[in-house]
Amino acid sequence: MALAIALAVTVITLLFCGLLVWRHEWLPRPISTIAPAIDHQFAVSFIICGILFVLAQLALAYMVWRYRARHEARRVNPSRGNGALEEAWTLMAAAIFIGLAVTGYHTWARAHYTGAVPGALRIEVWGEQFQWDFHYPGPDGQFGPVHFKLMNDSTGNYLGLDPQLDPASRDDIVTPTLGVPVNRPVELILRSKDVIHSFFVPELRLKQDLVPGMEIPIYFTATRTGRYEIVCAQLCGLGHYKMRADLLVMTEPDFTAWLKKMAAEQ
Amino acid sequence: MSQSPPQLAVQPRAPRGSLRRYIFSTDHKVIGVQYYLLGLFAVGVGVTLSLLMRLHLAWPQLAIPFLDKLSPMGAPGGVMTPEYYLSLLTLHGTLMIFFVLTTVPQGAFGNYFLPFQIGAREMAFPRLNMLSFWFTLLSLAVLLSTLFIGDGPPITGWTAYPPLSAVGSIAGPGEGMGQTLWLISISIFCVGSLLGALNFIVTTLDLRTRGMTLMRMPLTVWGWFVTGVLVLFAFAVLLAAAALLLLDRLGGTSFFVPANVVISGQLQPHAGGSPLLWEHLFWFFGHPEVYIAILPGMGLTSHLLSIFSRKPVFGYRAMVYSTLAIGLLGFMVWGHHMFVSGISPYTVMAFSTLSMAVAVPAAVETLNWLATLWGGSIRFTTALLFAIAFVSVFVTGGISGLFLAQPPLDLYLHDTYFVVAHFHLIMGVAALFGIFAGTYFWFPKVTGRMMNETLGRIHFWFTFIGAYCIFMPMHFLGLAGHLRRYSSLTDVHYLAPLIGWHVFMSIAALVTAAAQPVFFANLIWSFFRGASAPPNPWEATTLEWTVSSPPPWNNFPGKLPAVRRYPYEYGVANGERDYVMQDEPPPSPGTS
Repeated sequence: MALAIALAVTVITLLFCGLLVWRHEWLPRPISTIAPAIDHQFAVSFIICGILFVLAQLALAYMVWRYRARHEARRVNPSRGNGALEEAWTLMAAAIFIGLAVTGYHTWARAHYTGAVPGALRIEVWGEQFQWDFHYPGPDGQFGPVHFKLMNDSTGNYLGLDPQLDPASRDDIVTPTLGVPVNRPVELILRSKDVIHSFFVPELRLKQDLVPGMEIPIYFTATRTGRYEIVCAQLCGLGHYKMRADLLVMTEPDFTAWLKKMAAEQ
Repeated sequence: MSQSPPQLAVQPRAPRGSLRRYIFSTDHKVIGVQYYLLGLFAVGVGVTLSLLMRLHLAWPQLAIPFLDKLSPMGAPGGVMTPEYYLSLLTLHGTLMIFFVLTTVPQGAFGNYFLPFQIGAREMAFPRLNMLSFWFTLLSLAVLLSTLFIGDGPPITGWTAYPPLSAVGSIAGPGEGMGQTLWLISISIFCVGSLLGALNFIVTTLDLRTRGMTLMRMPLTVWGWFVTGVLVLFAFAVLLAAAALLLLDRLGGTSFFVPANVVISGQLQPHAGGSPLLWEHLFWFFGHPEVYIAILPGMGLTSHLLSIFSRKPVFGYRAMVYSTLAIGLLGFMVWGHHMFVSGISPYTVMAFSTLSMAVAVPAAVETLNWLATLWGGSIRFTTALLFAIAFVSVFVTGGISGLFLAQPPLDLYLHDTYFVVAHFHLIMGVAALFGIFAGTYFWFPKVTGRMMNETLGRIHFWFTFIGAYCIFMPMHFLGLAGHLRRYSSLTDVHYLAPLIGWHVFMSIAALVTAAAQPVFFANLIWSFFRGASAPPNPWEATTLEWTVSSPPPWNNFPGKLPAVRRYPYEYGVANGERDYVMQDEPPPSPGTS
């Protein structure tokens, strides 16, 4: 029994490590300026936590096998503890865990402390059960105000814009797809019409809740053109699993053309 | 068996009528068994629901027989709708977290054995204890009634975030009567738990027998005591939050719903509330709840590793301080559930650092467990096997926590299967292993009969390997960005290729679940036919093993025992034995 459980724990530990290494690119290919820093923090954590994981599991397997009861009576080690040893490993654990947290601070600060650079492309992202709407301010750079009473999905006025009343709304563009230019800072202002949603693009390494009543800004710079998926990460109702949209990262000329096309469709 | 004892704190003899004796009993032993049976029923239903979900995830078009009988609307022709998946998910989480993980380790084992282990005849407030159980049962009945009414149980998960949970049936199926009943059920559960917590705290502080100083309490008692304190503070806040959410739903208030919420084209008549307020209140309960589920199991693991390796617990004091530190820090880390919720990014740093700090006492406990085994002479009973498995999944689930406590990583992992793997291992599987270990360990004391060890081992191997097969792949799905609470993988392109993993996990879940009847059969068979149990079959030192199996009415025949020593005196020469009971007088001078 001792050998069986020691082997089982060892095999499970090796399987974990094997699965991680076998497809070492579990995370999708990164496409934003912040993503490499986050992936680096992942790598550091995998190495440190991986070592702790393997050591702890193998120590468990070893103890169980090595100290199994034998037929001949053996005196056990009657130790009730060892102050110096316990202090040492408590301090060591504290140093490792807090140290690990500290190594990630810089990346978090970079992602959240500074705000978008001036001149970033600003886009409002609206979530509703169960779709995404992207609101571009148009050439005037001003978002037209939304009127909650006018929001009506059946007429296509998802955001309750009133171009008659508000001049700022006249050039606004509302799209079902998020198009952004590559290598240009983008600021998203996240808003929700109804319940809590969460904006998640795995390749951007970016996730943020959309909370009704709040306007939450996030920012990123995409570094690779292509089509990616935006999914909802916060349970928002029965259609949560299909609340998705496309993120199009385009070259600057392609983006300008795309936006023009979208404006024509308004 | 028991003669009439000279000093009695409670009724002198057992009530005659079987109704008063076995049903409406104030005896902590009966109440403990009642809690256990309630938990057993809840875990049966909860696991069945998870199997239905796993079937649906792996084979979305599968028609599940009988499911359309249970809910013609939720599963027309037996094929689960997306909303019914969410209903079952809500019910699974609620049942497991409240009625299994909170109820069994504390309500069942704690109720039964805390008075024994501190040398008391009863809990401090026997009537409140009974009331606490009946509140819990009522709460369970209200929760399960949602399966049979209207459009079924709520679809908001066990976290019930508003506005989804606050605005009524316009937000989706189950959000009418189902969500209201869910909140009422949770409120009743809170009241029952608060009464229970008072009992645990007062009993531990006031009813310890002579000589049972705090630092002579078994680590199981420390686990139950700290859990009692956590329950008192955490469930009080959840009760308040649930009451406010009920008011938002029924009384026209706006605690959690802001102005200008437009659902299905209709502007909601609310203004001024904040959904984040609910998240704060909920997680102020929700995070300590993790420790409520796991601390009794940690205490039991320390206890069992010492008993079955025939060695004192390594670092008893450090274990006590770690338990206290986990309890204290447990109230300061709720914000790590909210890193991406829109709270201030500066606050996030504080919560992150404190969350990493909780890992320190957890690591100390783990190292002490390993050091307890070191140099021992380990007896491989089924109870010990589950305690070892507890350590293994505790390590695995704890280390994934080190990823989630780091905001830049949580940014990616939040709400993915990585989180599902993490909390299932650290609070679900670990706590269940604790429950199994406790069952195999204490069954002889409760029933007077031994459980069958062969069946126990079969049950252990399927459950241990099975649990890892179910939850190990989820870590990797999370890394691949697979979100949780998705009823189907078909609509998001990058999820579709991951279906193979779901098939594997679902098969693993079915096999693991199929092995559980072995446990139930063992319980029932052993209850009637098991070998009769001596008073102290495991050669353990704590006070419950000084009395007959099953124990007499009033727990201790004659005078209450006086405690003379630390609870883990193993590996010592004591005549024929290698242990000294806690109430054994010190050896007279001259003996070794």
